[in-house]
Amino acid sequence: MARDLARMIPERVVPRRLDAEHVVRWVFLALFAAFLWIFVLYPMLQVLWRSLLDNDGRVVGLANYLRYVRTPAIAASITNSLVVSAAAMVLTVVLAFVYAYALTRVRLPGRAVFRVAAMLPLFAPSLVHGFALVYLFGNNGIVTRQTGLNVGIYGVKGIVLAEVLYCFPHAVLILTTALAAADARLYDAAAALGAGRLRTFLTVTLPGVKYGLMSACFVTDFGAPKVLGGKTSVMATEIYNQVIGQQNFTMGATVSVVLLVPALLAVVVDRLVQRRQYALISSSARPLAPGGGPLTRCGLFLYCALIAAAITGVYVVVLATSLVSRWPYDLTLTLKHYRFDTAGGYTALLNSLETATLTALVGTAIAFAGAYLVEKGRTVASGPLYMVSLLPVSIPGMVLGLAYIFVFNAPGSPLNALYGTLTILVISNLVHYFTVPFLTATAALKQMDAEFEHVGASMGVPFYRTFWRVTVPMALPSIVGISMYFFLNAMVTLSAAVFLVAPGTELAAVAMLLMDDAGDTAQAAAMSVLIVAIGLVVRLVYGALLRGVTRRTQAWRGPAG
Amino acid sequence: MTSGRPAAVALDGIAKRFGAVVALERVTLEVGDGEFVCFLGPSGCGKTTLLRIIAGLERQNLGTVRMAGRDVSGLPPRERNYGIVFQSYALFPNLTVARNVGYGLATRRVPRERIAARVDELLALVGLARHRDRYPAQLSGGEQQRVALARAVAPSPALLLLDEPLSALDARVRVALRAEIKALQRRLGITTIMVTHDQEEALTMADRIVVMNHGVVEQIGTPFQTYTEPASLFVARFVGRMNVLAAVASERPGWARVGRLELRHRAGAARPAGTRLALAIRPEEIRVGAPTHEAVDNRVAARVVTVQFLGAFARLSLALPGDGGPELECDLAGDALADAGAKEGAELALVLTPEALRVFPEPT
Repeated sequence: MARDLARMIPERVVPRRLDAEHVVRWVFLALFAAFLWIFVLYPMLQVLWRSLLDNDGRVVGLANYLRYVRTPAIAASITNSLVVSAAAMVLTVVLAFVYAYALTRVRLPGRAVFRVAAMLPLFAPSLVHGFALVYLFGNNGIVTRQTGLNVGIYGVKGIVLAEVLYCFPHAVLILTTALAAADARLYDAAAALGAGRLRTFLTVTLPGVKYGLMSACFVTDFGAPKVLGGKTSVMATEIYNQVIGQQNFTMGATVSVVLLVPALLAVVVDRLVQRRQYALISSSARPLAPGGGPLTRCGLFLYCALIAAAITGVYVVVLATSLVSRWPYDLTLTLKHYRFDTAGGYTALLNSLETATLTALVGTAIAFAGAYLVEKGRTVASGPLYMVSLLPVSIPGMVLGLAYIFVFNAPGSPLNALYGTLTILVISNLVHYFTVPFLTATAALKQMDAEFEHVGASMGVPFYRTFWRVTVPMALPSIVGISMYFFLNAMVTLSAAVFLVAPGTELAAVAMLLMDDAGDTAQAAAMSVLIVAIGLVVRLVYGALLRGVTRRTQAWRGPAG
Repeated sequence: MTSGRPAAVALDGIAKRFGAVVALERVTLEVGDGEFVCFLGPSGCGKTTLLRIIAGLERQNLGTVRMAGRDVSGLPPRERNYGIVFQSYALFPNLTVARNVGYGLATRRVPRERIAARVDELLALVGLARHRDRYPAQLSGGEQQRVALARAVAPSPALLLLDEPLSALDARVRVALRAEIKALQRRLGITTIMVTHDQEEALTMADRIVVMNHGVVEQIGTPFQTYTEPASLFVARFVGRMNVLAAVASERPGWARVGRLELRHRAGAARPAGTRLALAIRPEEIRVGAPTHEAVDNRVAARVVTVQFLGAFARLSLALPGDGGPELECDLAGDALADAGAKEGAELALVLTPEALRVFPEPT
């Protein structure tokens, strides 16, 4: 009977008179959709399409893929990437877990210092780690010369070490969050069942975060392998070799697609797992009290100190290199490397600052407004827009850069106007780092009462006014965090930019690459010092800003008094 | 409604479906000017959907919504002129109490002093004048809901919509707020529609109750009518407590058999013998200990199974004769309890007063 009734009631709801507010909402939705189409989906489809063509534009099907796996020199990049990723992942997770465990479960002296040290690699372009390893262990490295022992840092070994440094802060972040949030009762239960620490880790902590770790450690990085690779190429450097070295765009596209697929899988699986993971942290969960016996504490303290010292040491070496005349032959102090005479002075650094600032401003606006339209709009467009917004995190920078060449350097396209401008660099950063801010904003919006807009509407207040007066102020801490994320990443990014810079729009990290190519590693070191310094200063400023915002919002969050 | 003026709210044939699920089946009703109407029903009965359709937050598939004669079916929420209070309060946490209350006034180009005066007036009305500069998080749940109420009525809307406004509050606060909301509504004379699943709330607050079930209006009536003359077995069971006995129409018109008993019930449409029926009587309508010399119908002997002491009265659970026979609930005031000698295991003589014994078609 119910079904008959349903048939009698039409599927369509009564039409609503079009009012200005709806038009505004749909215009913004259309703009957001256009943004995602032009800068995410369409470029990716271009890469996919190009991998099916030959260099003269004829459709050749899967011929490029066959050639890829049959050419040993190129195919090796797949094995190398897998070996490097696997090794880096295992090393990073083991090192990071003990570190994260020490930080969350044991009351160690100097925890704050350890936390900061672990995060240092986030503030430097990945190729800095490559440089540092060369200074230390390269053919003319300080360790090599002192001990006479050449560890052979060029190749897989070096890349793995550099990637461990690069991935370490991400892994520590993921693991500390998981450990801090994990329900203590799960640990008690595991202990009661006689499970040791390691088993508890493997059965309780790891399953929840393993895909997150995988996507954090899957090596799609370009900088460090470029510096350290020598003759060994990984997939990211292979794309570069094919495109820049041989002008073979179709092979570049083919490698890109092969690189994109596992990254895409890792992210999709991560999302699926995360959805289940929330159930682990119930509201009645009892937080773990940091504990540990004196021996454990002592051991863990030494361990953390060692790791922190190793990470800090890398940056000390870089700093030292930039300040002496000619490392390690002539150790007279000098500032001459800070003149950057091989790469056009400070233009690159200023470009980076400008790009990062614009990325932070525009990116935050788009990510937050986009999340608002998707989350609070509840239209038919919400689902697809959400899915596409998740894509960028799985697109390796090199792939994005190559895709943008296809789209913005295509003859006759109106989008060409963007090519060779800082705008395209801002856009590529914005897209490359879009997903995390988008999800952060979505999470912040989800916490807000769904009826705010309705209350406003019932009183004749347009939604954009309620957005501005209520939603934005409430989400201010998230907004500040999002803009910091955009800024810091835009300062250190290299991969996408390497394809998109033009004379006059070089970025700092790209300039470092040029300096290194020219053999001027001291200047590259000087540039890294400045990038790290700017990053740290900005982080401090943001920290103060965040505290200020929190204090102001404390008034309406906390109880009276 | 009897006057020449159009109803404050008139719903005509409102139907709503979500995919294959029918939420509302052609609901038609009118709300008079200044009337307090409750939509009452279990969760999933469509009462909240109906309220949201009136508010314009949900769009119906069929039917029209009129407000004071104006067809608002196709209008967005902000052109419908109502105030709304949600269960979650939905107060803006970053704005002070005063700015929350003034929120709807600020955009209407009302002068600043007039806004302040109106805000003060309303805060005084809900007894929160001294909290005007606090933030919502610094208030108790009941206080927050009063702020939400003040905010909803501040722009002087023609209609006030309350969506389960008391459900999130403690029992004690809830009872106090019932009276307050009702008093405020009377004082402002504002037409009000409240959605609730709490029948006690509906009985105490509403001028008229709309009882809903499965997207259908089961009954519209005053609280008294709804309680004493339930239009359907569903209403009888949902509003107040009700004993329901499965029965079969007997050969004698106006009589029905319950197991071995034959009982006389309220007069109603004649039903052929053998028709399955449901007889219903409220716990307080059962007479206990009627003098034996009185010649009355429906005299029944029952055994006391349990006695639940509930303060002002006690609730007896009574087993009618016959193995696994039906049980009845019967409420007795304290002194009557002693008089009847009702304790567990005792036999009691009952009268199921025929005038109180309602009859409904077959129970499902």
